[in-house]
Amino acid sequence: MQVPAPFEYERATSVEGAIGLLERLGDSAKIVAGGHSLLPMMKLRLANFEYLVDINDLHGELGYITLEPDQVRIGAMTRHRELAESSDLARVFPIFGDAERVIADPVVRNRGTLGGSLCQADPSEDLSAVCTTLNASCVIRGSDGERVVSMEEFHRGPYETAVGAAEMLIEVRFPVRPGGGSAYFKVERRAGDWAVVSAGAAVWMDGDGTIADARVGLAAVGPNTTGLPAVSEALRGQHPSEELYARAGELAAQGCHPVTDQRGSADYKRHLADELTRRALRRAVQRAAGVSGTEGS
Amino acid sequence: MQVTMTVNGDEVTREIEGRLLLVHFLRDHLGLTGTHWGCDTSNCGTCVVLMDGEPVKSCTVLAAMAGGHEIRTVEGLAAGGELDPVQQGFMNCHGLQCGFCTPGMMMTARALLDRNPDPTEHEIREAISGQICRCTGYATIVRSIRWAASEQAGIRTELTPDPPSAPLEPVTAGSAS
Repeated sequence: MQVPAPFEYERATSVEGAIGLLERLGDSAKIVAGGHSLLPMMKLRLANFEYLVDINDLHGELGYITLEPDQVRIGAMTRHRELAESSDLARVFPIFGDAERVIADPVVRNRGTLGGSLCQADPSEDLSAVCTTLNASCVIRGSDGERVVSMEEFHRGPYETAVGAAEMLIEVRFPVRPGGGSAYFKVERRAGDWAVVSAGAAVWMDGDGTIADARVGLAAVGPNTTGLPAVSEALRGQHPSEELYARAGELAAQGCHPVTDQRGSADYKRHLADELTRRALRRAVQRAAGVSGTEGS
Repeated sequence: MQVTMTVNGDEVTREIEGRLLLVHFLRDHLGLTGTHWGCDTSNCGTCVVLMDGEPVKSCTVLAAMAGGHEIRTVEGLAAGGELDPVQQGFMNCHGLQCGFCTPGMMMTARALLDRNPDPTEHEIREAISGQICRCTGYATIVRSIRWAASEQAGIRTELTPDPPSAPLEPVTAGSAS
């Protein structure tokens, strides 16, 4: 029987209340949202806290997907299911639909949240790779106010983030640019598992059919989800082609840092980083061109 | 600490430890052993109950987190001595073999039909994809849920393993239209 070590349960009913609790309890406290990553770690005693601050009552305050002309704002308590079912989000960033379909299973997706996924900071976590791909920024609030950090700044290592002991992630912001398309591909050992490797791609096309900008984000091939500036550099200003995707795949494989573990060898993971980068870019370009690529690869 | 929640329509209050999981609260504190306890890692889905109408894995929800919410377990499916159509479907279409996954499967089925009264086979398979049947009896589970959907819609379904492919009503010329 797996049971967490004893802790005191506290429930926050507002963001201010949650931050007040965290200030009072210090680093002996941990926020729990959906709990589907944290509670299993606590059951295995890999994580132990004196206090658990439940923020599920903040879903009304922090559960939203807001489309603005130049950005999409998503509240930290927005659940996987809501991300998966939002047609607005699917239109602007189809990468979310791709990723959500392969995150755990529908019952788990009823509970898990965007904020919880990012704060867990698991190197294999899918939404972290999506946020890296889309160049998201994270809004962190403490009693002194808010600060906004990039994904690179947000993740500081496996299971470590920029969120301080008396702070919380409240929102994730995604810049919207014209001519965009995005996609996500994952290889897993069995349905609903953590990624062996996954790749997200986003492209923004110019009117003349060249790639104005592109980003690729990889999961499970380094201490955190990895953005690849060299790939963006190689794609900018180019016409999409199979040769270009192959070059990007090669750069992705070179630029990541997989380790051999029970999910596969480092060589196999590099191979996947290459192949999945190609597939994600191909699909993202198709979508930017208005081809609704959802089948095959 | 004290927790109060609604379980199958009844408000219950108990003194619990903060670390108590919902599945153990239901089984050990309330004696509702219909909710099964399986993998303990939110993979197998035999512990699924409905929380405010949505399926959740009760091995990965704290009992304290369920405070103030409405929980429905397999014991709350039948009403007034009448089986829920989902239960009838599992009975009629042989939706269970050993029965271990059955409570979780039926609760997910109930939630699916509440949202989508006429699910396709694909939608049913997707809905139960977080749950494992150790007898691998998925085909009959899917058929049971389809049966329940038809039953709810008032369509009596023939209980044959392979229903006829085109069970259309004969069209009579000159019928009232």
